[in-house]
This record gives sequence, C-alpha cells and structure tokens, in this order.
Amino acid sequence: MDISNYLYLSVILFVIGALGVLIRRNAIVIFMCIELMLNASNLALVTFSRINGNLDGQVASFFTMVVAACEVVVGLAIIVTIYRSRRSASVDDASLLKN
Amino acid sequence: MVYLIALPLFSAGLLLLLGRIADKWGHLLATLVSASTFGIGVAEFFAMHKHTGANRAATQKLFEWISVGNFKVDASLLLDQLSICFVLLITGVGTLIHIYSIAYMDHDKDRRRFFAYLNLFIAAMLLLVLGDSYLNLYVGWEGVGLASYLLIGFWNQNPTYAVAAKKAFIANRVGDVGLSLAIMISFAQFGSVSFEGVKAGAPHASPAALTAIGAMLLLAAAGKSAQFPLQSWLGDAMAGPTPVSALIHAATMVTAGVYLITRSNFIFDASSTARILVVTVGTITLLFGAIVGTAKDDIKKALAASTMSQIGYMILATGLGPVGYAFAIMHLLTHGFFKAGMFLGAGSVMHGMDDEVNMRKYGGLAKFMPITAVTFGLGYLAILGVPPFAGFYSKDKIIETAFNQGGGKGIILGGAALLGAAITAFYMTRVVVLTFAGARRWKDGSHPHESSVLMWGPMVVLAIGSVASGFLLSMGSSLVNWLQPVVNASHATGGEELMKPLVVSILALGVVLLGAGFAITKYRTVPEVAPEKVSIFTKIARKDIYQDVFNDAVLVKPGTTLTAGLVATDHNVIDGAVRLVGWVIAEISDVLRKIQNGYVRTYALTMFAGVLIGAVILWVVTA
Repeated sequence: MDISNYLYLSVILFVIGALGVLIRRNAIVIFMCIELMLNASNLALVTFSRINGNLDGQVASFFTMVVAACEVVVGLAIIVTIYRSRRSASVDDASLLKN
Repeated sequence: MVYLIALPLFSAGLLLLLGRIADKWGHLLATLVSASTFGIGVAEFFAMHKHTGANRAATQKLFEWISVGNFKVDASLLLDQLSICFVLLITGVGTLIHIYSIAYMDHDKDRRRFFAYLNLFIAAMLLLVLGDSYLNLYVGWEGVGLASYLLIGFWNQNPTYAVAAKKAFIANRVGDVGLSLAIMISFAQFGSVSFEGVKAGAPHASPAALTAIGAMLLLAAAGKSAQFPLQSWLGDAMAGPTPVSALIHAATMVTAGVYLITRSNFIFDASSTARILVVTVGTITLLFGAIVGTAKDDIKKALAASTMSQIGYMILATGLGPVGYAFAIMHLLTHGFFKAGMFLGAGSVMHGMDDEVNMRKYGGLAKFMPITAVTFGLGYLAILGVPPFAGFYSKDKIIETAFNQGGGKGIILGGAALLGAAITAFYMTRVVVLTFAGARRWKDGSHPHESSVLMWGPMVVLAIGSVASGFLLSMGSSLVNWLQPVVNASHATGGEELMKPLVVSILALGVVLLGAGFAITKYRTVPEVAPEKVSIFTKIARKDIYQDVFNDAVLVKPGTTLTAGLVATDHNVIDGAVRLVGWVIAEISDVLRKIQNGYVRTYALTMFAGVLIGAVILWVVTA
C-alpha cells in the first residue's frame, strides 16, 4: 500500500475537523472537531517520520498529544462554566464581547 | 549701573506678587525705589565728570545673552552722555510723579498695582536708554509698550479705556515691526546689532541699506512717539490716570523715538534720504498735533495733541543733521519739565473738579487753585517760548536750525515750525483762558480747591524746571558740548547762519503774541456747550483731521474683512479637510466594524482563510 494514502487520510480528517469547527454550533462538538484536526496532524507527522526514516515526527506527535490533553482540561472547564452560567453550549450565544 | 534697572524691576515684581499684603506700604516702597534710582543716576552723572570727552561713556557687561555661530549679543549696558540725560529725566520726573501719585491715587483701591506698573515702566525705560545694542534696546522698547498698555487700561472696567489701551498697543506694534526689521537689516548688513558695530559698519554700507534701516527706525520712532502716520493712539491714551499721562505720554516714553533717532545718528548722517523722511514726518506731525489741539475741549486731550506737536519739533530737529540732535535732546528735556508739569496741573484741576475734563465747564479757577494756576502758567510760558523760559532756548533753536537748512527746504521747514509755534500759542492760551480765567462755568455742586502738598510739591519743582532748565542747558552751549562725543556735531556747528538768532527770536515771539492774542480775544466769552455752527476747519480739527476715519476705512475695515475671510477659509477649507478625513475614516470603519460580529465561528473562518491564503502565497513564492 502506498504510504501517501496516510497523508490523504490525514488531509480528509483535517478538513472534516475544520468544517466541523466552522459549521457546528455546539461547543462540545467544536471541541471534538479541534481534537480531530490535532489528530489529523499527528497522523501526518507520524507518516512523515516513516517516510524520512527518523523519529523526529513521532516525537513531535507526542508533544501534540500532551498539548491536546492540557487543552482538554482547560477547554472543558471553560465550556462547563459557560454552560452553567448561560444554560447553553452554543458558541453563538457566547457573544458578549460584541458591542 | 545695573541697579538702576534691577531695583525698580524687583520692586515691581514684589508688589505684584505680594498682592493685597503690600497695599499699605506698596506706594511708599515704589516711591523710595524710584527716588533711589534718581540718586544712583545723580551719582553716575557726577562720576562721569571725572573723565573727559568720549572716555565718559562706560559699559557694563551683565551676561552673554545670545551666542549662535558668529552672532553674539551680550546683555550689557552703556551709560554715556546721551543715556545719562535720559536717566536723569526718567528717574527725576518719575520720582516726582510717584510722589504726586501717592495723593492722586489715594482713593483708588488698586493703588499698589498702579505703583507696581509705574516701577515696571521705570525699569523698562531705563533698560531702553541703557542698552548697548539695538536688541537690548528692543527689550526695553517692548517693556515700556507693555507698561504703557497696562497703565492706559488701568481702569479697564471702563470698556472705552480698555479699547484705548488696545489701540495704543496695536499702533505701537506696527512701529515695533519697523524696529525689528531695522535690527534684521543691520545684522544682515553689518553682522552686528550693537551700536558700536553698526556705527563702525555704517560708512561702508550701501546707501540703499542705510536708507532702509533709517526708514524702519523712523517707523519705530513714529509708533512709540505718536508721529504721523501712527499718531492716532496718543489722544485715546489719555484714558490712563493723569500721572501716567504726565510721565509716560508726555515726558518720557513718547520721547523714546527721539532717543532712537539720536542714538542712530550715524545711520541718519549717512543717508540724506532717511533724513528727508524724518523731517517730513516731524513737520507733518508738529502741524497736525497743533491743529488738533486747537479744537479739543478735553484738557488732557488738548495737552496730548500738544505733546504730539512738540515731539514733532524734536523729530524735525533730529532730521536736520548733526547740529539738530543736541537741540532735539534739549527740547526733549525742557519739554519733559513743562509738559509733565502741565499734565500734573491738569490732574490737580481734575482732582478739584470731581474728575471733570471738559474745559468748557471750568473757568475762573485761578482764584481757587492759585498754586496750580501759577505752576501751569509757568509751563505755559515755557511751551510758548517766551524768554527767558525753557522753551525759548530749545524751540527757537530748532526753528533757527530749520531756517538755516538753506534754500526752499529751509524756508518750508522753518516756516512750518514758525506756523506751529503760532498755533501752539493759540491753543495753549485757549487752554489757560478756558481753565483759569474768565467767569466760572462750573455747577454749584463742585467745590474746586487746591490739592495737597504731595501734589503741588512736584508741580512746583517741575515749574522751576520749566523756568530754569532752558537757560541752564544752553548756557555756554553746555548740553551741545556735553553731547558732542555721541552725536559728533563738530563739523556742523560752523555752518552758515542764514538767519540771525535774534531775528528768529523776534519772529517767533511775534507769531506767539499773534496766536495768543487771537485766542484771548476769541475766548472772551465761552459757551458751555461747544457751538455747532463752526467753520469747516474747526470741524476737521475736532475730528482729529479724520485720523480715525482714515484708519477705519483704510486699515480696520479691510482688516476685519480679511480676517472674516480667513476665518471662513479656516472653517470651510482647513477644518473641512480635517473633517473630510475623519468622515472617510469613520465610513470605512463602519464597514469594517461589521466583520467584528462577535461569533466565534466567523473568527475561525477568518483564521482558516488567512492560513489558506498564507499557504497559497508560500506555495506560489517557493514554487
């Protein structure tokens, strides 16, 4: 199997994630789409590592995972707080900074 | 020497800063300071006698004022034979007027401020006559302008007085432009603005440059000394308290123009064109002032017109070449005595008549104010030039020198000066007759009385000066010899004598008697209201020969129109451009503002679009 297929898969996953961020209103879903984009890039990094025959890409993907884990902690906390105060997880409702 | 200026300046600052605390003793301090400057002046005067000739001049460097490249100006003082004349006049008459003002301003709650301004004036005027360069002189020049403005408008709660102050200030500014231009031209020509440097360079300069400097100096002198064409402010300047009129607008400040021209004698000696301008201005003004003086019912305005006319004589004398300078200064000194004395007399009359200035409402006051009448009378005889009073020695000399110019010029100038003397005799006799002689025309409510000793004391001193100063100054040509090193009159004294002094004196006395006699017969009875049916000449003279009408039509109206146009331009074009820029920015922002809609997803889209565009650019550039 051609190794570049992993890259195509990665692109498809990234685009799905990006579209999800743009189209969906629910903060949880947007959050998951962001995770999807991060993982798409992880897949790309691992694939590049394989193509180049060294471990640089794999190391970078570990960093991404750590950052993603931290982001989950902070992001979910924010979403939960917003939901508690506004009784809604829609990102369009959280537009208080306008005006 | 520096204390001459520093003392009154310090006192003025102190009185102004301390405010009401100094109300009780402010006038005493100011008078004391003025008297001590007079003391210093006298001491300096006697110290000068230790030396002879040009060695009498002394300079004192205070500090380096400006040092830019090869342009260096020191703030330094020059005390020479010419300056000391002015120092003694300013401090002497100034002190007398300080003493007079203590009584005159007694009822004014702002007396302390008045004395602070008087001291400021003394300091500025001394700086004017002691500066050793045109730039130092300029500082004093502006200082006396400021003091004059503040004192004319001293009672600025009265809007007409405030307007008079502004008028004087603006007319003076026009003259000041002339002085600053003269300074600039002399720097461009000689690379120096000190009297010494300009004097050294003057013989080598081009005639055109000398004429330009001379004309600009004359403009400055015209502004400060109320000479044609900038004469209109002096009559209105009488809005100030009478001691101010006596000190600033009769004896000292208005003669600064004469000082300036005499000080710049090396310029005028080298440019005959400038000299012709000077005599023209002097002759016009001496007739102008005299004619205006004939029609004034306000005693102070009549005296102001007379001042203008007498300064016209001085300016005329300065334009008559080297020999004229000394006579100009002599007339200046004698005029300082008799005109200040007469102004103080007028003040004394006003004081006794509840500030009434209309002479038609006086009459027969000699009986009630004998001292005022006598001192005023002595000043009157002095200004007429009756021998042996002061004016006889100074004014006849000017008339004689004018005739001695020779040819048509001499006859025109001498004739004009003689005519001026006749008119002077007429209007001064009119003032005396209307005020002190004839039947009483004042209402029963007024109680004319002699003023206190603080007021008549200075008047007596000035009257003695009016009697004796002319004789003392001309005895053995003492003033002429004294000023010799400054004005360099040596080669002119031997000029041909076309008119014998005796002939001139007889002529002058003749026209004076004619003028005075005419006034006495004409004003045997005086109507209380100025008659309406008068000749066209009287009407013109009453209107100040249309000086204000002329100024309004030629300067003020076009000026206001121009200003209105400029305001409109500023409002529509300049402000319009600024507002247009603002409007465009606001409109653009209004469009751009819509992007900031507050929806996170829109921002995310922007971000993605940005990344995409960035990536595409990167790809295009690297490919």
